[in-house]
Amino acid sequence: MSYAPVTLPYPAPPALARIQRRSLVIGVVFLAGAVIAAIVEHSPAQFFRSYLLGYVWWVGITLGCLAVLMMQHLAGGLWGFVIRRPLEAAARILPLLAVMFVPLIFGIPYIYLWDHRELVLHDAKLQHQAQYLAAPWFIARGALYFLAWILMAYLLNRWSAAQDASGDPVLRRRMQTFSGPGLVIYALTVTFASFDWLMSLDPQWGSTVYPLILIAGQMLAALSFCAAILFLLAQHKPMSDIVQEKHVHSLGKMMLAFVMLWAYTSYSQLVIIWAGNLPGEISWYLRRLNTGWKYVALALVVFHFAVPFALLLSRDLKRNARRLARVAMLLVLVRYLDLLFWIAPNSLPGFEHGMPFHWMDIAVPAGIGGIWMAAFVWALRQRPLVPLHDQRFEEVVGHAPETA
Amino acid sequence: MKRPPIFGLMAEFESPTELLLASRKAYAEGYRRLDAYSPFPIEEVGEAIGHHHSRVPLVVLVGGLLGGIGGYLMQYWISALNYPINVGGRPLNSWPAFIVVTFEMTILGGALFAVFGMLALNRLPMPYHPVFNVERFAFASKDRFFLCIQANDPRFDRAQTEKFLQSLNPKQVSEVPH
Repeated sequence: MSYAPVTLPYPAPPALARIQRRSLVIGVVFLAGAVIAAIVEHSPAQFFRSYLLGYVWWVGITLGCLAVLMMQHLAGGLWGFVIRRPLEAAARILPLLAVMFVPLIFGIPYIYLWDHRELVLHDAKLQHQAQYLAAPWFIARGALYFLAWILMAYLLNRWSAAQDASGDPVLRRRMQTFSGPGLVIYALTVTFASFDWLMSLDPQWGSTVYPLILIAGQMLAALSFCAAILFLLAQHKPMSDIVQEKHVHSLGKMMLAFVMLWAYTSYSQLVIIWAGNLPGEISWYLRRLNTGWKYVALALVVFHFAVPFALLLSRDLKRNARRLARVAMLLVLVRYLDLLFWIAPNSLPGFEHGMPFHWMDIAVPAGIGGIWMAAFVWALRQRPLVPLHDQRFEEVVGHAPETA
Repeated sequence: MKRPPIFGLMAEFESPTELLLASRKAYAEGYRRLDAYSPFPIEEVGEAIGHHHSRVPLVVLVGGLLGGIGGYLMQYWISALNYPINVGGRPLNSWPAFIVVTFEMTILGGALFAVFGMLALNRLPMPYHPVFNVERFAFASKDRFFLCIQANDPRFDRAQTEKFLQSLNPKQVSEVPH
């Protein structure tokens, strides 16, 4: 752990150092506890299944932040100025998430049916799919996705640091020009990653809107996470002097839009498959809606759509950072529930009807979240909390940056 | 209530900034029945004269709910009661299929209530309004800004209010007859 130099303008408040330490403790304790339990109980399948759940949850928030970062470079808007540094910090920890992808590689035999030769041999369709999904290709594609994501995060962060130092107006144009193609690459890579990591859990099943639901969920999680972080930062100097009602309001409006996009795409998938009623497609819903998982589905309708939608309609709530942060935390949590609903009911090798809910489904995602949060806060503390030569600086802060 | 002899007093300004300052001062002075007129919308002026919350959102919510509930009931009546057809063994009350139309009817209800609710709350169409009795008011749609304090304001006093308006350095103050 290095400490931010005292000369850093607009430094992170000391409260963040505390959050960083506590998150790290939570992360290490929960992950170590789950690993020990998995070894003692001989339940590697449960551990890896829970690991996939937690991993996809937090990698989604990270990639959502990368996408929102590029979105605000492209579109401007004062809201982008106040959350630019949290977005950049989240994108900077992608190398850590690449390292955390390694345990998933060891988990392939425990969670993916297509890795089982005896199952594949009895199924002509699966034989074709297994050629694409096969572990070496799965790993190679995973490496390619991370290469693209890390490269984008690295370039945007390097130009941002250069902008802090020099204020060269060329850098703004460069980040803006880069962000257009960058968003296309984000959408394509997340689409293929969703096929590999999630949809292949049920290799016979396919849905074309599935990646878009995941992308809507990632953007929603990222915007919600930023709204919560912004509230936290606005409790302390220097952000307490900078964050205004209208910035929070803009975030709230976009959260509402992505709540609706998630609901719209999720419903589209349901109604198309329900109306078609084909054996290969409807099985995904039968597995979920004709079992106890239907209560999770109901909870998703209520807490991933109805409640946040109704609350976010209110202009007063969207302009109140504290109340918006509460809705934002709910939304980050229901992203977990949605992914649980996607992952847990699938067949696993040895578990024909999926695995019931297990305490590791909470412990491992919480552990990954703790490590993630510690790394994020560490990255956030390395740079000024506002981009110093951003074109929106004077409009938001009211005067030119006070550089050391 | 007895009708006051005139509609009110109107001050004319040359810039939106002057109008905004005048509106704030008039509101601070205690005047509540007043209105500002400008060739283009100035958000701050609305806030300055106390227009914080419009009732349009509530009207839209009611319209949306009526549209949505009506849309669902319409489909239920058609598909389950009036003309029931078995489609591939699906239930007659097939809610997943009904959501699209329910959603569209929610939007339609909300949109119609928004347009007509806004007009009704503004008491439009309004064929006659006393402010047009002031000849120079025609410039309100060109390049002049007006602040009108109505005579039915409890704090209105023909002489005092005129003195107050003059103190705001307007281009001129005119009496608005009914």
